[in-house]
Parts: sequence; structure tokens; C-alpha cells
Amino acid sequence: MKKSIFGRLLPVVVLVGGASMASTAWAQAGAEMLANTCAGCHGPDGSSNGPATPTIASLSTDYFVMSMKDYKSGKRPSTVMARIAKGYSDDDIAAMAKYFQTKPFQRPGQKVDADKAKAGKALAKKYCESCHEDEGRVGEGVGVLAGQMLPYLQYSMVDFLSLKRETEKRQKAKFDALVKDLGEEAFQPILHYYAGVK
Amino acid sequence: MFEIDRRKFLVGAGAATATSTLVAAPHVARAAGGKVVIVGGGPAGATAARYIRRADPSIEVTLIEANKDYYTCFMSNEVLAGERTLDSLKFGYAGLAKAGVKVVHDLVVGIDGAAKVVTTQGGQKFPYDRCIVAPGIDMAWGALPGYTAEAAEKIPHAWKAGPQTALLRKQLEAMPDGGVFVMVAPPNPYRCPPGPYERASLVAHYFKHHKPKSKIIILDTKDAFSKQKLFEQAWAKFYGFGTANSMIEWVPAAKGGKPSAIDVAGMAVQTELDTIKGAVINVIPAQKAGKIAFDAGLTEGNWAPVNKATFESKKIPGIHVLGDGSDAATMPKSGYAANSQGKVTAAAVVAMLKGQPAPTPAYVNTCYSIAGADHAFSVAGVYTFDAEKNAIAEVQGSGGLSPLDASEADRKREVQYAQSWFRNITADIWG
Repeated sequence: MKKSIFGRLLPVVVLVGGASMASTAWAQAGAEMLANTCAGCHGPDGSSNGPATPTIASLSTDYFVMSMKDYKSGKRPSTVMARIAKGYSDDDIAAMAKYFQTKPFQRPGQKVDADKAKAGKALAKKYCESCHEDEGRVGEGVGVLAGQMLPYLQYSMVDFLSLKRETEKRQKAKFDALVKDLGEEAFQPILHYYAGVK
Repeated sequence: MFEIDRRKFLVGAGAATATSTLVAAPHVARAAGGKVVIVGGGPAGATAARYIRRADPSIEVTLIEANKDYYTCFMSNEVLAGERTLDSLKFGYAGLAKAGVKVVHDLVVGIDGAAKVVTTQGGQKFPYDRCIVAPGIDMAWGALPGYTAEAAEKIPHAWKAGPQTALLRKQLEAMPDGGVFVMVAPPNPYRCPPGPYERASLVAHYFKHHKPKSKIIILDTKDAFSKQKLFEQAWAKFYGFGTANSMIEWVPAAKGGKPSAIDVAGMAVQTELDTIKGAVINVIPAQKAGKIAFDAGLTEGNWAPVNKATFESKKIPGIHVLGDGSDAATMPKSGYAANSQGKVTAAAVVAMLKGQPAPTPAYVNTCYSIAGADHAFSVAGVYTFDAEKNAIAEVQGSGGLSPLDASEADRKREVQYAQSWFRNITADIWG
């Protein structure tokens, strides 16, 4: 699989702000303190060891904030995240988003079907790459797909296709085109491909 | 490299201003330096060690743990069901050593809070600037007549993972089909509140596939338990609960379930009204903080009272007590809670060594239980610190249980998330 230098450097380029532990009285907890509460499920600094729980490191702040707010409101379906997201204020969520954006997405590799991944690469280029750039490493307002946990990607796809989770306009157009051209089963090779990106 | 795990099962708990007397340093972010000695390398102690080193490598952290390896209690019910190896629960200390923690394998026998020195059985002495004690739990031997440490060699508690888990698994495997497995569930508070009921579920799963004529009787000292409706729903779905042929029978205290004595020779549990014989018996006894917490004078009643923002002992300044052994209610005594408290304590200790006030804490608990094939559910809690009450307070409107009407697909997803939780939290704790 091609490794883009740009993609590897990007997390460094987007480093912003730091986590401040400083507090006065019993103010809002600092970003790192808040972010540390996620690691038990999402892995140290937000990089998951799998098999299913997604990595949240390196997500764009827009996507992180939107996800947490949608979990909170119930707009986005979840098992446990709605209950957890409700425990954090908008300020907490913004602080956590900033923190995780600066953390690298660790991609030690996961087991995928090599044939599917190969077939998925061409499909991804046609149907996904315009938003999920650089083999899905870039997530400007969208999820980072490269190296994301395969079961999580599959759950997300089920939720999108069953309309439990809202699809954004451009996303919907691409999804509709893929389903029309090749059927719903064509998502699987794409997911195997993205899951296998290192 | 990861395997996508197809496992059907999982396993799965006035000092608010204590720092105000410290003079805040006027300048920013200097290295703290200093010596921290941590007693106990379970989830709470190991997390604190890792996160102190992460925050400030100038701090010398020594972790003293009697055992070379730690076996997690969480997920050990899966071992009892034959769904996981005991070895998969084993974690060593190489990861912490790599993070710059000095790991010493010895038993701590004394903590002198005045001289600030920790002493081990091996005769070593470790001076400290701040000490962190993660004592875990001990069984309250004697609380239930007949149930002693010696009795546990025949009637295991299996509430600390390791040889006890292996013993109970061996007994369940050797039990003939049609046998009765009797479990005694403990009084509150205890480690892993849903654990006994998950254990009953997973043993039932094992019986269903290997010894279908067998029965499970839970004799309870309580009238209600954690995730009760979710467990009962799963038991009805998988094990006939609520019918005459139920594989699992739960006898609450109100219906005579409270055990009064254990008859080890007769392999029976006595209650007020009855004597219940078991082919295999598992007694999960009442619990208290680990021995070192008592020896060091850190306890009040069965647990160690602490400042909930810093986990500094209310009995002896300079010593922090966290995890299952502390009185950190409202958090349950869970692995996630211990991990979360380890991070809060680490941040407090780093700040205090710099002469700064401890930062505002944030705590979380998430705990999964697997109750049947592709069937898990969770409880979650997000907490903040209530300074007025020195309490860990759940954020209103957050947390709680998986819904009773969750889809089968969601129950199945929670199994995968439970397995993920195990991998991630153990990586976060031991590296």
C-alpha cells in the first residue's frame, strides 16, 4: 500500500494548542484530564487496539465535536456513547476534540481480506476519495477511515444504509451511485481496503 | 496485527481543600522531581505509575508489587466458561519498566507516614515524597462461618484471578452433567458489582452446551443486584429463567437466600431455612481493603477514606489510596474506575510535588457484562468532583444502563466493544 509522505506529516502540521492542566478553584477539568477518561475504551491517547472500538486520535475537531453532539442528542445511534456524551459540556467536548486532534492515529495493522482490500482500492478511488483523501487518512469534517477498526466501519455502514445515521448530502450521492452501480455488497471491499491502510 | 475476535462471550467498578495549605509556585511548568512510591501493581497502581511518568519524567516512580504477573479479575468469568485462557489475563511489568518506572517485586509490610518510608518483607526501605497505595481487596474471612482461607482451597472464591480461577474452572469441568453449581453472592460493597451475575450467566452458557441437565443456584445476601433487569432478561432468553426448567435460580435474602454458614466437609451452604448441597460451590465472600491498608492505618471500617479529588488519605497525609480499597463511592469497585482514579491521582501527585493545587478531576466508569451468545450490556458513569460534599458525583442525565429494549444487533456490538475495552484498558494500564 502506498504511503503518502504528506499523510504522514499531516498530524504534525495540524498540531495546535496544548492541553492545559492548570486550573483555578474547581474549574472545568483540563483537556488532558478529560481526554484521559476515554482511554479505557478507545486506547492510550485515543488509538485503539481493537477489535471494534474506533480510534479517536487525529480526528478533526469539527468531526469530533459533531459526533459527540450527535451522540448526545441521539441523532447518531450508539450503544454506549449517548450515555457517555451526556456527561460532558460543550466546552468539555471542544477541549477533548482539540486534544485528540494532536494525537497520532497509530496504525499497527489489522487483519483484512487481501482480495477484498485489493478490489476495494479501485472502488474507493471512484466513490470515496473525493472526501476521504489520501487513502482515507485525511478527515476534514469526516471520519478518518485509514486503519480504522473494521467492525466499527461495518457498523457505521449498517447504520448509514439503514438510515439510522444521517448521511451528509455529498455522501448520500456517492452512496446512492455505488449502490445503483454495484449493490450494497460493494461496500465490503471498500471497508476492508480502508481498514488495511497502514 | 489484530485478529477480529469472534468470541461470543465476554466478561467481563474535608479534604477537598487539602492542597490549599500548599503554597502555589508562582512560575510555570517546572519539573517536579521527587520520589513517588506506589504499593500495588493492579489496575489502579499501575495506571498511576504510568501516568505520573508520562506527565513528568523527572519524578522517580517506584512500584512495589509482590507478584511477577498480574491476572485481571475482569474477563476471568470467560475463563470459567472455557471461552478464554487464563494466560490471556496475565500482564507483566516490562511495559511499566520501559516507561521508566522502577519495578520492585517484594511484599510491602509497613508504611511509615511520619518518616515517609515504605518497608518490604525483603528488608528494603523506600523513602518517598508521596506514596500511593493501591491495596485492592481482601476477603473478609470470618464474616461467613466456615469460610476460611483454607476452605477456599476446596470451595474457591475466584474473586482474585489466578490459581483460584483455574481451580474453579477445573471443578466445573469435572462436574458431572446434572450437577448443581451453588454460588454465594456477596454483600455490598464489593469488587465488580455485576460480576457474580455475569459469572452465573457464563457458567450457564457453558452448562447449556456441555452439561445441559445441570443447575445453578445463586444464594444472595442481597435483594437486588447490579444490572438485574438486564441479567434476568438475558437469563430468560438463554437459560429458561422464570420457567420451571430454569437453569439459573436466584434466591434473594428475602426468600431465605442469605447464607449462614459454609459446610466444607459436607459441600453444602447453610441458610436459615435450608441446607443446599452443591457438586461445585463458589463462595464470593464479603470484602474489605487489602491488608496493607489496615497495617498502615489507612482504613476506617473496611475501606480507606480519601479526599475524592486527590485520593489523598484522610488518615495519613502524603499517602494516596485508590482503587477497590478506597471509599471512592459513588464509583463502583471496577477496573475502569481504578484506571480512572489512577489518572486523577497521578495528576494530583504531580501537581502537589510542584507545590501547585491539584487539578480539577474527571472520572469515568464503563463496565460490560456478557450474559449469553452475542449478548452483552453495559453500565456507564461520567463523574465530576463535588467539593462541598467531598464526593464523586455523577453528571446528571448522563450514564446508566444499556436499554432493556436494545436490539440484538446492539447487544452483539456490545460484546465486541467489551473485548475492545479489555485490550485497550490493559494497554493503558500495563503498556
